[in-house]
Amino acid sequence: MARSEDYAPDGFLNEVIEATPGGDTLVTCLQCGTCGGSCPSGADMDDTPRRLFAMINAGMREEVLRSNTPWYCVTCYYCMTRCPKQIPITDLMYTLKRMAVREKLYDDRDAPDWSSSFVGFVESYGRSFEFGLATRYHLTHSPLRKVGVGPMALEMIAKDRMSLRPDKIKGVDQLRAILDTAKSLEGV
Amino acid sequence: MRYGYYPGCSLTNAARPYEISTRAIAGELGLAFDEVEDWNCCGATEYMSLNKTAAYALIGRNLALAAQSGMRELVAPCSACYLNLRKTDHYMKKYKPLGKVTNQALAAGGLHYEPGSLVVRHLLDVIVKDVGYDAISAKVTRPLTGLRVAPYYGCLIVRPDFNGGSSEDTEYPTHLDHLMEALGAEVVDFPLKTHCCGGHMTQISADTAYELIRRLLQNAAEYQADLLVTLCPMCQLNLDAYQSQVNRHFGTDFNLPILYFTQMIGLAMGLEPKELAIGQEIVSAASALRKIGTVEEIEETAQARRKRDDKSLPMPRIREG
Amino acid sequence: MTEKVGVYICHCGTNIAGPVDVAEVARWAKENLKGVALARDYRFMCSSLGQEIIQEDIKNEGLTRVVVAACSPHLHEKTFRSACSKMGLNPYLTQMASIREQVSWVTEDRAAATEKAKMMVAGAVRRVQLQVELQPTEVPVNPNTLVVGGGIAGIQASLELADAGYHVFMVEREPSIGGHMAQFDKTFPTLDCAACILTPKMSDVGLHENIELLSYAEVESVSGYVGSFDVRVRKKARYIIEDACTGCGICIEKCPKKVVDEVFEVGLGYRKAVYRPFPQAVPKFPVIDKETCIYFERGTCKACEKFCPTEAIDFEQTDSYVDLNVGNIIMATGYDLFDCTKIPQYGYGRLANVFTNLEFERLCNAAGPTEGRIVLRDGVTEPKSIGIIHCVGSRDKNYHPYCSAVCCMSALKFGHLAMEKTGAEVYSFYIDMRPLHKNYEEFYDRLLQEGMHFIRGRVAEVTDAARLPGEEGKIIIQAEDTLIGKQRRIPVDMVVLLGALQPRFDAKETGLKFGVSAGLDGWFTERHPKLDPVATMTDGVFIAGTCQGPKDIPDSVTQGAAAAARVQGMIAKGTVLIEPIVASIEEARCSGCRICNNLCPFNAIEYLEDKEVSYINAALCKGCGTCVAACPAQAISGAHFTNDQIFAEMEGLLYDVIGSNGATAKSPQPVLEPA
Repeated sequence: MARSEDYAPDGFLNEVIEATPGGDTLVTCLQCGTCGGSCPSGADMDDTPRRLFAMINAGMREEVLRSNTPWYCVTCYYCMTRCPKQIPITDLMYTLKRMAVREKLYDDRDAPDWSSSFVGFVESYGRSFEFGLATRYHLTHSPLRKVGVGPMALEMIAKDRMSLRPDKIKGVDQLRAILDTAKSLEGV
Repeated sequence: MRYGYYPGCSLTNAARPYEISTRAIAGELGLAFDEVEDWNCCGATEYMSLNKTAAYALIGRNLALAAQSGMRELVAPCSACYLNLRKTDHYMKKYKPLGKVTNQALAAGGLHYEPGSLVVRHLLDVIVKDVGYDAISAKVTRPLTGLRVAPYYGCLIVRPDFNGGSSEDTEYPTHLDHLMEALGAEVVDFPLKTHCCGGHMTQISADTAYELIRRLLQNAAEYQADLLVTLCPMCQLNLDAYQSQVNRHFGTDFNLPILYFTQMIGLAMGLEPKELAIGQEIVSAASALRKIGTVEEIEETAQARRKRDDKSLPMPRIREG
Repeated sequence: MTEKVGVYICHCGTNIAGPVDVAEVARWAKENLKGVALARDYRFMCSSLGQEIIQEDIKNEGLTRVVVAACSPHLHEKTFRSACSKMGLNPYLTQMASIREQVSWVTEDRAAATEKAKMMVAGAVRRVQLQVELQPTEVPVNPNTLVVGGGIAGIQASLELADAGYHVFMVEREPSIGGHMAQFDKTFPTLDCAACILTPKMSDVGLHENIELLSYAEVESVSGYVGSFDVRVRKKARYIIEDACTGCGICIEKCPKKVVDEVFEVGLGYRKAVYRPFPQAVPKFPVIDKETCIYFERGTCKACEKFCPTEAIDFEQTDSYVDLNVGNIIMATGYDLFDCTKIPQYGYGRLANVFTNLEFERLCNAAGPTEGRIVLRDGVTEPKSIGIIHCVGSRDKNYHPYCSAVCCMSALKFGHLAMEKTGAEVYSFYIDMRPLHKNYEEFYDRLLQEGMHFIRGRVAEVTDAARLPGEEGKIIIQAEDTLIGKQRRIPVDMVVLLGALQPRFDAKETGLKFGVSAGLDGWFTERHPKLDPVATMTDGVFIAGTCQGPKDIPDSVTQGAAAAARVQGMIAKGTVLIEPIVASIEEARCSGCRICNNLCPFNAIEYLEDKEVSYINAALCKGCGTCVAACPAQAISGAHFTNDQIFAEMEGLLYDVIGSNGATAKSPQPVLEPA
């Protein structure tokens, strides 16, 4: 529940809006529930997207950033396409993920870690590296529960659909320069 | 017809069959693809979860490289890459501050991208629009009669619309359906054809992901599809590579091969399965493909006249187009 | 003779006086502008006290011209003109300078605002001294009225005018009047039978000696002006001789060709090629639909002709034209229903048992395709559960951003009827419940008590893809129940989509014909949304009913009556004043080039063959100035907007540069910076 001393009207809301391209439409949300109703993973989220926006409106910063909702977003864009106010919901989810990571506010590490690992390879090689990603990630995240992964990986390798070595672009330095500049130009 | 070509990371690995089959049919369809020199990963749905400007700059580098080498149209076979490229181009134009700061970042690498200079298109759109159903039908030497095909679009080729970038309906697209019909296959119009396959959820929450995959397989199976046809590497991977996991998880026994539409085109044009990397799928397509040519093309039956005691009410007219 | 100009600077409270130094402007005007006899500033010039000041000055100081620097002429030009005219000063010897909308409301810097106000006053003062007396033209008002559209709004308007003793021409596009209301079963909240309350009025219209009903007809063209419109109506060929037809209906019985009735039955039922839209049609004459009649298709059949006892069938009939002259026009053209196939995720057109609101009305209606039984598309099975979906195409930036006003009440009505007839479980999926008017909230309460289920959540998807037990063979409605915060899937047998009300497909063209504009959403534009909802910017043309915007039956009736009252007022007065701000052609200068003829948007210019010059009909002219600007010989002048007057105003505005009017340019010239 939002405590009165934490209550800064519109503070968190404005933060989220400013960090999202086209986010200004969020204030016109009718709370109709189309997003929550359309979401393929909505039943597994702590809060439906709609409820999350109500919480943002109420300034419940920590609860929102701790919610697993953005991490369960499958970026299918059903919500954004169907929203009667044309609110860029999927982009708002991306913003919340970035904010949660920046402030380390997530209860379940799995999704943020997966993204981090992916990002790490892309920044090193300029390409994603599935084999490296899978091994690095799964070996450090409940490996004993990932019974099927090993055999599946072997099958993919056998079918010539997974390289054991990463591809690397020539312009890695160029890419690095671009990404570093980009990161320095903004917070989230 | 020449196009800039952005394969994306998946096409060099997990979706190698997509790349191989695309290259195999390109010449026959009159399409020439010039791969963007030294392209980098588009970031999929991961990079944007941790970065904003850097994510657009990551994608922007590809747009800049393509534009600077003189390309006007950039074709992406992978739906996620297609979305990322088109979104970046669209957002850089629509949100001027974002466009400005992205170009500032690109400048650090000696690059610049003027939003709107490229038209980003999905491979399906190029084949259907620029080549056309009639031209493709004309090239069919091995009609896929006997095969019940469920066309699976997935999400990112149809959504979001970005102001008519794709002419497909976001909820009920039909281009892939018509394309399969043009190849002679029987198309199964299953209702979940644009429902999400779960994307990367297989890594985050297996329960959620497997349920999404199960629904698709279940629905296609209910409509008695022999196989599903896709146009996205992620969808193909999820439905194909994880099918056995799904079976184990739910105690089901789905056996639905998942092929790329380019492989289907190749088959219908008479190419050998091997040339189209058929055989690299986890759930084998062999038995499904044996059905090709087993059924004679059925002629259109005359419209049944209304029976005298038929009380049913007429269906509404669907307005096409 | 020099004029004596009275200059009045209004404070408008602090609206003008805040940003503009009004006292300074008044002082400056008196001291610097030639012709100014006195200059005052006052808090509210439009008040009676303010007007009296002007009137006293006219009397005591002998003012010959008046300049009021205040708000926009749109608001108070009439006020000041009539204040002057009451003192015997011709109203066209006044001029307003809009120093509120054009200065104080848009300029932040006080010095800049004051300077700009001075400029505008200087302009007005120079101009007003060149203005001349003008007299409005008085034209008679033809007591006949044209009502376009025979729905409930048009019917109400017509009956009120006719009962008052005036002649009405009613033009209706369909074979019968009645509009959408004739399609309904019951009306909310009273649950009156729609036909039972409508048909008596329809009958009245049909029998009224003062109403001439032109049904199965459309307006081709409209010309003229308030008090005297010339209207050409095209009566479409019915292929029935009305004088001979008794309405017995044998032709309909014998006709072998059955087609889907897309209009009245909304595609849910059938009609013959010769048909009456519904049994209580007014007029009673059927119509042969050329598109589907076997005779017109192949030259055979003619069963209707064979069996008609009065030889009333005439296949040779052609469209005919009627020319009318009326004083006023009331447009009551109604609405179309949103095409629900535009929202594929709701399954309309694909899933058999998804229906629209109008389709459901036809199911409920005892004269409908199922004789009033609420059944599924198979025509036989009664649904055990029904889902009603609100806001289909409404309140949605992707389709129509507005709310359609009636759907929430329709949902309650449908729920009641469905539960009464079938005992089904009814679920309403809404965003907000909008029972706004008298007894509407009570009706909502009634339905709550009757056990209708309400789920607050805009429906995401309607599908036949079963997922959970109990969904097999059903239609599943998926939505987030926002009051719980969880996704729910409700399996039902039937879905009713409450499609939006939208403007007629040809509303824009129709509007253009009558000189009425349509807004962004396509509804006809009223003169003022709050204070003048039935008048339009075109004098003599009124709008009533849903063509002005979505509304329920009581509001449509009210607007129909309001429009009729306005027309009655015009007729009672007998004449109407036409503004004298019109263009005129100086014959001597006109070479007969006729460039102006086709430029006139109001078709007010004709060419006189005998004199070989063009001539402007002052009654039709609206003073837009297009011809004035276009004439290469400058033979056309616009009254009250002559070249001299306009140049004078410009010179006044540029006083600090031109300085020839005696105003000395004081130090420093402020540069008006953009904001």
